[in-house]
Amino acid sequence: MTLSARDQSTLLDVQDLRTVFSSPRGQVTAVNGVSFVIRPGETVGLVGESGSGKSVTALSLMRLIPSPPGRIEAGKVLFRGRDLLTLSDRDLRRIRGKDISMIFQDPLTSLNPMLRIERQMTEALALHMKLGKRAARDRAIEMLELVGIPSAAKRLSDYPHQFSGGMRQRVVIAIALSCDPSLVLADEPTTALDVTIQAQILDVMRSLTAEFNTSVLLITHDLGVVAGMCERILVMYAGSIVEEAPRREIFYAPRHPYTMGLLKSVPRLDRPRADRLQQIEGSPPDLTRVPSGCPFHPRCPHATDLCRNVVPPLRPVGSNHLSACHYDLSIEGAA
Amino acid sequence: MTAAAEPLLQIRDLKTYFPAGRTGPFGLTGEMRYVKAVDGLSFDIYRGETLGLVGESGCGKSTTGRTILQLIKATSGEVMYDGTNLVTLSKREMRRMRRDLQIIFQDPYASLSSRMRVSRIIGDPLTIHHVASGDKKRQRTGELLKIVGLSPSYARRYPHEFSGGQRQRIGIARALAVNPDFVVCDEPISALDVSIRAQIINLLEDLQREFGLTYLFIAHDLSVVRHICTRVAVMYLGKFMELAPSDDLYSHPMHPYTQALMSAVPVPDPDVEDSRRRIILSGDVPTPINPPSGCVFHTRCPLATEHCRAEVPAWRQLRPNHWVACHYAETPAAHAMESVALAAEGAGG
Repeated sequence: MTLSARDQSTLLDVQDLRTVFSSPRGQVTAVNGVSFVIRPGETVGLVGESGSGKSVTALSLMRLIPSPPGRIEAGKVLFRGRDLLTLSDRDLRRIRGKDISMIFQDPLTSLNPMLRIERQMTEALALHMKLGKRAARDRAIEMLELVGIPSAAKRLSDYPHQFSGGMRQRVVIAIALSCDPSLVLADEPTTALDVTIQAQILDVMRSLTAEFNTSVLLITHDLGVVAGMCERILVMYAGSIVEEAPRREIFYAPRHPYTMGLLKSVPRLDRPRADRLQQIEGSPPDLTRVPSGCPFHPRCPHATDLCRNVVPPLRPVGSNHLSACHYDLSIEGAA
Repeated sequence: MTAAAEPLLQIRDLKTYFPAGRTGPFGLTGEMRYVKAVDGLSFDIYRGETLGLVGESGCGKSTTGRTILQLIKATSGEVMYDGTNLVTLSKREMRRMRRDLQIIFQDPYASLSSRMRVSRIIGDPLTIHHVASGDKKRQRTGELLKIVGLSPSYARRYPHEFSGGQRQRIGIARALAVNPDFVVCDEPISALDVSIRAQIINLLEDLQREFGLTYLFIAHDLSVVRHICTRVAVMYLGKFMELAPSDDLYSHPMHPYTQALMSAVPVPDPDVEDSRRRIILSGDVPTPINPPSGCVFHTRCPLATEHCRAEVPAWRQLRPNHWVACHYAETPAAHAMESVALAAEGAGG
């Protein structure tokens, strides 16, 4: 576990990030003061439901928020000590796709349907790695082989539609890793895929990022995926991180009632059926009308007046374990 | 499932083929080709059970559900319900049967008309089937909303005023409006947020108990299916690979495809994830236009032999009520795969 080392160099240090969108119904704070770090070689899971702000967080890190209507209102994104939010466009472009790359959910929309794979793969290699045509092509073939695409050299001249969904995502991973990035932001990389294909893709990601010592921010709604992939997990709800801990802590000793509720509500393949699932009442909040106090209080079985009025800070509740709850809940206390 | 179970629906050799052009240039000449979405299924659905239908996208599970309800025309075969073969009914006769046979769709955003108030979404089936009108209809609509956990005052609202979970409740109320016997639940929770899913699963279970419903539960999530289903059928390229009581399927998966599926499902438990091994299938699902010869799974099966390429495996009962289509289901190799698939079982705290 890399956690003991506060002094260990951090690769990415996000401080109090705040991203807002203007909408006809008022301002939406999609990311509301998010802070976290990623260390070299570490895979961090960012878990949340739709609308929790997890994708907007990733896009904000790379300054990919469409503006208008979006705006990064505050915060710092220190990558190796440099704030990406204040970098010139030119300097930022040198980092995007090179030191930090992205894998999106839908490989069909993240590849250009009009261009052959070769062009899409070699473009970044020529730009960032200053490779000549021949060398870029060789590197592209090498990457396709690494992610497990058969007859890679031949497939370079294919278009995206000639690949299946799983193979397309492999291509996207190959592109993302081709310039030897130190950080990959993977936003629901397997959500659009079937489970047997998901297993293949996670397998590829796990072994390649370990081989190249790449850090990964893995964004997903699937608790099962982070359980097997991530060393540390951040849980997001309504624009804020509500719990952060090493993965075993999150799964075996969660402290935030939202995390506890989620873990209890999912049926498990490895458990005989329980009579009734424990459900979380209500729905995730509409971000134009985030509840006062703790954003989770309307759905929380333990909520008190304090929760209704005061936003709980994300505070230490154990070693390397943070929770944004006023109370000291443990599984027993919450049961 | 009790031994004296009474079949509510009997499906025999059901086939649904979709034309996919001809083999010649531009698909204009030559032999007609078909997507064999459902390719000769025979099974019963027992009264009061939840039969799960699982498989990956494109395996034909949704088409099976829709063909049973005659929302898609069957190419051949029988769907016997209450002594009537639904496949041969006229549109008009089938419409009358729809009172008993309903469906809940996956996407609660696409399945409700955005231009209708909730009162009409739920009330129209009552009018069409002459169940209620006027005040009685209004009363029944309010009642249905209450049954699915919504306030009767919501009847005047439009779908856009609701969250995904609430919309799915409206879709469920619409299906229940006419007091059906049988409901096809086509991925009813896949489009919902994780924290909402348990609510809808619990609601479906409560309704089943209260109204004696029979479900065909179509899903790709094996964990959910294990929780909600009495029996489970595993589908691949239009055919059943395995069909068994839920407990038996999850404790003794016999088909290599079922085993691979189970081993691929991530479990939210770090210890389990660290200790288990996975059966990683190579390649992708072949196209259903030109399915592989013999066993359709042979191109991805770790146990496949010449025999599998040549001969379609028989549908055999190898444990009580546990049916499998595999030449090698009882061999040591298959048992070894079973233990991999089960590595997750019991390892968690």
